[in-house]
Amino acid sequence: MKITKDKVIHVANLARLELDKASMETFANQIGRVIDYIGLLNTVKTEGVKPTTHAIFLTNAFREDEEKNHLNLKKTLSNAPEKEEEHFIVPKIIGG
Amino acid sequence: MNLYELTMQQAHRLLSEKEVSSQELTAAVIDRIKTVDEKTNAYITVAEKTAMEEARLADKIISEGNTLPLTGIPIAIKDLICTEGIRTTCASKILENFIPPYDAAVIKKLKNEGAVIVGKVNMDEFAMGSSTEHSSMKLTHNPWDLERIPGGSSGGAAVAVAADMCLGSLGSDTGGSIRQPASHCGVVGMKPTYGRVSRFGLVAFASSLDQIGPLTKNVRDCAMLMKVISGYDPSDSTSVPKDVPDYTLLFQDGLKGITVGIPKEYQSTKGLNPEVSAAIKSAVRTIEAIGADCIEVSLPHVEYAVAAYYVIASSEASSNLARYDGVKYGFRDKGNGNLLGMYRSTRSKGFGTEVQRRIIIGTYCLSAGYYDAYYKKASQVRTLIMEDFSRAFKTCHVILSPVAPTPAFKIGEKYDDPLTMYLSDIFTLSANLAGIPGMSIPCGFSSEGLPIGLQIMGNHFNEEVMFKVAHNFEKATDFHIQKPVL
Repeated sequence: MKITKDKVIHVANLARLELDKASMETFANQIGRVIDYIGLLNTVKTEGVKPTTHAIFLTNAFREDEEKNHLNLKKTLSNAPEKEEEHFIVPKIIGG
Repeated sequence: MNLYELTMQQAHRLLSEKEVSSQELTAAVIDRIKTVDEKTNAYITVAEKTAMEEARLADKIISEGNTLPLTGIPIAIKDLICTEGIRTTCASKILENFIPPYDAAVIKKLKNEGAVIVGKVNMDEFAMGSSTEHSSMKLTHNPWDLERIPGGSSGGAAVAVAADMCLGSLGSDTGGSIRQPASHCGVVGMKPTYGRVSRFGLVAFASSLDQIGPLTKNVRDCAMLMKVISGYDPSDSTSVPKDVPDYTLLFQDGLKGITVGIPKEYQSTKGLNPEVSAAIKSAVRTIEAIGADCIEVSLPHVEYAVAAYYVIASSEASSNLARYDGVKYGFRDKGNGNLLGMYRSTRSKGFGTEVQRRIIIGTYCLSAGYYDAYYKKASQVRTLIMEDFSRAFKTCHVILSPVAPTPAFKIGEKYDDPLTMYLSDIFTLSANLAGIPGMSIPCGFSSEGLPIGLQIMGNHFNEEVMFKVAHNFEKATDFHIQKPVL
């Protein structure tokens, strides 16, 4: 399937990426080739085959619901690009 | 013999007999890094100060007579395993200054043994790649030929072991990222069964495929590290509550009663280098000569593994990497000033091109209207691949194959051609899809003197039998003893 430049821009937008216009053509071509190759899957008969999302037989990993020490505030905020007192700072969201 | 050349097992003996101190050993390793790493660029961060402090502590433990197998042993860590207080970059600009506030489960286990963390080693950004060329930090060179790639994504980890810049290392393997660089650098590398080792504190790429594992100078060292890092961890709900055997105690000689399977599909793989093919055939003959029976097995769906893998891994990656939004940690670029602009600008400037490519492929495969055609289809093919392996393991104990279709390729050779790069993982990624363990051990050299690895795959939680085959092969050969000259 041919993947258009517009499609790549649309999907990039869904993933919150803005693509560099200069490398757009190469990028769309490379992605197109990979998507074409993936199309090989359509030649496999999979009717009635259950999908696998987890390779090991494990279900319902329960644990006790107990109080535990977690990262303290100082550590939690230690890598924040911008912070104030006990908060992460983000750009204005409402009315911006 | 220089101290940095020791295997973990040799070092453990000298340390417990107090012939050598961990401070001497660690200093020798750091000195070695300072001498040769300007050629290979394996390390992103050398944690000299904390390493020497850990060595001092280890010497104290040893003097008190409480030496454990890894006490005082200098280990290198792939730069996507969180180390408290030591920068963990994932070789990405987006985490360039990230200092984890906690240790990964495997790091805690190493520290509990008194191991020394020497530093953090290079990789493809977020482990996406097969050559370590997709690092935004530096370009790592193969010590056997500096013009070639070391393999990837755990390229730095493999180089650090091969060039004696640590005694052992931890990498991660999502589609071959431990085994392929181990093969290209002539060291031993193991991807354990999915769920054998806790992923807590491993920065996620594709959560249903990722697994941490060791890279070492020989098979016994690999077993030593496996014993320490394996086991159930309540912080990782996909880790499996199963006892961990002492792998090093299971090293019996001889392979009588062991059946090895050779997949017929792999013998006609397009692009399989004749020298690699010859080295694997010769390794199989050696293993037969030690007493194993050899049969042909069939894995009819492995030809679809690359396609299924790139759908599943990219889809999971696109979801996992959504967390990098410039808010809680890592790089931020304000962009046009509003929230969406900040997200877009942060992610576009913070992620490298390969990571962006995979996020777009993954988002495309998961997007409305395509989910059934790609993600669901790939997950069904994954089932068929798992069934192939479980059928094969009814007739054999281990499966042997090449690790990579060619020896290490030249830097730049596949950089602009993602699909060809992806196809170089053809022999390794089935094990990740099936969740089974796989390892690479040195089994030969090309005419240009480049290492070639043999892949041994086992059934779920059957690492013991793989170690048995690997140990016997290693005893009968000397490929693992040869070293690159730097």
